[in-house]
Amino acid sequence: MRRRWLASASVLLAMTSCNRTPDKRVSAQPKAFGAALVEMGGGLQTGPVGTVLDQPLVVQVNDAQGSPVAGALVTLRAGGETILTPSTGLTGDDGQLSVTCQLGSAAGRYQILAATTDKSGKPVTLRLEEIALGYQQNLGRQLSERYCSRCHDPESSAERVSNYDNLTVKPHSFTDGAFLNSVSNTDLAAITTYGGAARSKSAEMPSYGGSLSKTDIEALVAYMRAMASPPYRAKGLIYASE
Amino acid sequence: MGRKLAALYRFLFGDSVRAFGSLSLILLVCLAVVPAKDHFREWIRIQSQYLKLIRNRGDAATLQRRFQGGLQQIWLPRLGVVDRCTTCHVALKEASLADVSLQPFRPHPVIPHSLDQFGCVFCHRGQGAATTVEEAHSSTKAWEQPLLPARYLESSCGQCHQDAPAGTPQLNRGRKLLARYGCVNCHTLLSPGGARMKATDDPPELTHIAQKTTREWIFAWLKNPQAYAISATMPNFELSDADARDLSAFLIDQSTPISPAIEAKPPASADDSQAGATLYGESFCASCHAAQNAAGILTGGDVGPELTSVGSKVKPEWLLAWLRDPHQLDPNTAMPHYRFNEKQIGLLASFLESKTDSDFTANVHLEAATKEQIEHGRTLVNERGCASCHLFNGIKRPDNFAPELTAVGSRPLAKIVFAPGVPYDLPSYLEAKIREPHSFGTAMKMPKFTFSTSQMEALVTALLAQTDRGATVPAELRVEGHPESDYQPAGSAGKLMDDLRCFSCHSINGRGGDMAPDLTWEGSSVQRAWLLGFLKDPNTLRPALIRRMPRFNLTDAEAATLTDYIMTVYQTPAFDASSLPASSFTAADREHGRQLFYSKYACQSCHIVDPNNDKGYIGPTLTVVGVQRTAAWIFHYLKDPQALRPATLEPNQHISDEDARALTAFLMAQTKTPPQPGGKK
Repeated sequence: MRRRWLASASVLLAMTSCNRTPDKRVSAQPKAFGAALVEMGGGLQTGPVGTVLDQPLVVQVNDAQGSPVAGALVTLRAGGETILTPSTGLTGDDGQLSVTCQLGSAAGRYQILAATTDKSGKPVTLRLEEIALGYQQNLGRQLSERYCSRCHDPESSAERVSNYDNLTVKPHSFTDGAFLNSVSNTDLAAITTYGGAARSKSAEMPSYGGSLSKTDIEALVAYMRAMASPPYRAKGLIYASE
Repeated sequence: MGRKLAALYRFLFGDSVRAFGSLSLILLVCLAVVPAKDHFREWIRIQSQYLKLIRNRGDAATLQRRFQGGLQQIWLPRLGVVDRCTTCHVALKEASLADVSLQPFRPHPVIPHSLDQFGCVFCHRGQGAATTVEEAHSSTKAWEQPLLPARYLESSCGQCHQDAPAGTPQLNRGRKLLARYGCVNCHTLLSPGGARMKATDDPPELTHIAQKTTREWIFAWLKNPQAYAISATMPNFELSDADARDLSAFLIDQSTPISPAIEAKPPASADDSQAGATLYGESFCASCHAAQNAAGILTGGDVGPELTSVGSKVKPEWLLAWLRDPHQLDPNTAMPHYRFNEKQIGLLASFLESKTDSDFTANVHLEAATKEQIEHGRTLVNERGCASCHLFNGIKRPDNFAPELTAVGSRPLAKIVFAPGVPYDLPSYLEAKIREPHSFGTAMKMPKFTFSTSQMEALVTALLAQTDRGATVPAELRVEGHPESDYQPAGSAGKLMDDLRCFSCHSINGRGGDMAPDLTWEGSSVQRAWLLGFLKDPNTLRPALIRRMPRFNLTDAEAATLTDYIMTVYQTPAFDASSLPASSFTAADREHGRQLFYSKYACQSCHIVDPNNDKGYIGPTLTVVGVQRTAAWIFHYLKDPQALRPATLEPNQHISDEDARALTAFLMAQTKTPPQPGGKK
């Protein structure tokens, strides 16, 4: 009896939670079908939790020859509380659909699945990923932009010239998950605090322990973890057997 | 029907035994309702769900031990916090559940405060005392608050923090926007400490506007300021053609001549736009003024107005007078008085006049203004509150022209009139009000601002920070900002520094801009001869920077006055600038310093000492640091950079006295003439 009650309650709960993010299923009919779905921009952006990403996600439907298809129906689905507007639509004359993305309220990576169907009705999908920063990661981002990115980000802008090329030992970009994921939190914090030489790295990395607090350095490490690509998966955590 | 009821009554209460039995049964059922209701409470179900979730985890025993069943409550009488959120959000402190994304079992992300110190509602809003999901999260009754969406969470930090913490970039940006776009010219906005937010948009005085520009330009500008300059902070008042016509008529009519009068003296040289452009670059006008380049990209600072099509705006004689001495025309401008000669003024003026946008006023044709039009223009100025920002002849600045925003973040929804289609919550209202003020009624005086989504998020965040709760928190929780000091250097040097507007870029004793280095202790830092030469001819200290010290064309006497003042007054009490004479260093010290510079501390990553080999240019170039700085400054700066220049990027590396001394010896030997700037990437 109680089981049944629980089941009905959870169904109710699921229904109400669905209601909170109304899924506007526009009954648009596709006018054309493509063969491939391509990301044109807006993937792997970074923003604080809950905010709207600066750039829209742009996906393009191509036919088998690679030319854009107008009027193809694209449906996007996202995990968490991510809100996509519109979540479904027809591609424009350039074969593209542009969607704004509001991140969910939890920090981490958000997977977005874009899908369309080809002529035979087979689904064609494309996976996009966005990064949401919590308080700590966002603080790390502010500090990184001030203290780290001049050397660690090889890209130059009009306002800020990168120092990357001037260094004998090239620093790792914070997105360099292939390397950074293999370094422990303790080591990353130690290199930041005591300088590269403290962990047999280049002395060109100075020590920031005198200028940044422990909290700041933890925030920087959290930011590096959030940005790493491939994504960082913490070691030592105990996962539920699913 | 009546008979059936009577039969039932007889069956239940026919005799005393039956009646006793029936009544007992009814009583029992009534008594059972309470525990049954309790049993089916939402939070009990959620707690058992949690126990099921952790059952299979490796650290289940620890989690189970830490789990406390029953209604939980954080009670902080001083903050007025009674939060029962932890009844369902049971795992807020369980960092090992970081992989759980299912609410309400997520652990709380790392924040600088403890949950026991502030509770939940202080930051997240919602009803802390509620014990059902619906009531706690989404109630919108008049006296209650729904949960604050995550995108505006930083606003809660702003209830106590006025100090722009590094972790709340959105809040800080929003507050800057409120000041930058002049919102606080019309709206009063007080911090919990009672400090009034000051506008930073510097709207021009319009008392002499007829001398500066034409009525046609004013008309086109009023119709759409952003069409003239994309970075203009003046909002669009969405004026009709007739209103813009009458306003421009009034503006010209109320304008009085400047005294002393502007001379219509022609420039000394013919137009040579290449030389003009070079002078514009050399004078570092772009440090403060932005302009669109050929590709349409806006580059330059935002201290002064955008100059993309300034030639369409200002009258040539006004521009000449302005370049000669801007303070004659606007005593409050941030623009320094460059001491240009007539030839330079001619070059610059013809360069700036060549920056035009012929489309801007092309379709404006105005008849001569009538008396009625001028009068209507005056009425419009009063109605629209133009005098809240600008100065006019014969019109008083209105007090509190627009509603006060001090407590806008806790405005009860019942007191708000929502426009159709706006979701029934405070953030949506604020956003809609800024984005489309006229959807709330055509009589609305609020002009239309154009903001990007992220700017809008920042603005709403800053407004939501203005809460009643912020006004009532205990005083020791408040973190006040640093109020700008009113420091004013004295004497003839003080006058000179005012004339050169040093404070537009430099900060001294807590007053001034942050574009250039803080000069509070500059006298301890530099050598006199170098400073004198630098003021006469500021060579490139940091070739990688776009914003640099301009050349003011100072006379010898002016440069000497400034140098003497800086050397005497701006001395740090921390050390004596002459305490480490260069003669005390030996060749061995210098060699040791060289090795430390290049190997142990790898200073060449950011600084250049040997222009042929070193490439770093994050920090200043050090090729002539031996004639530029004092040894005592270098020594103490190496020991603790932030103690002398709080905003510097140079990390404090806890350099020992011996190392710092050797490095100082090496740096003091760097007296080479500077290399030609440029050439390197």
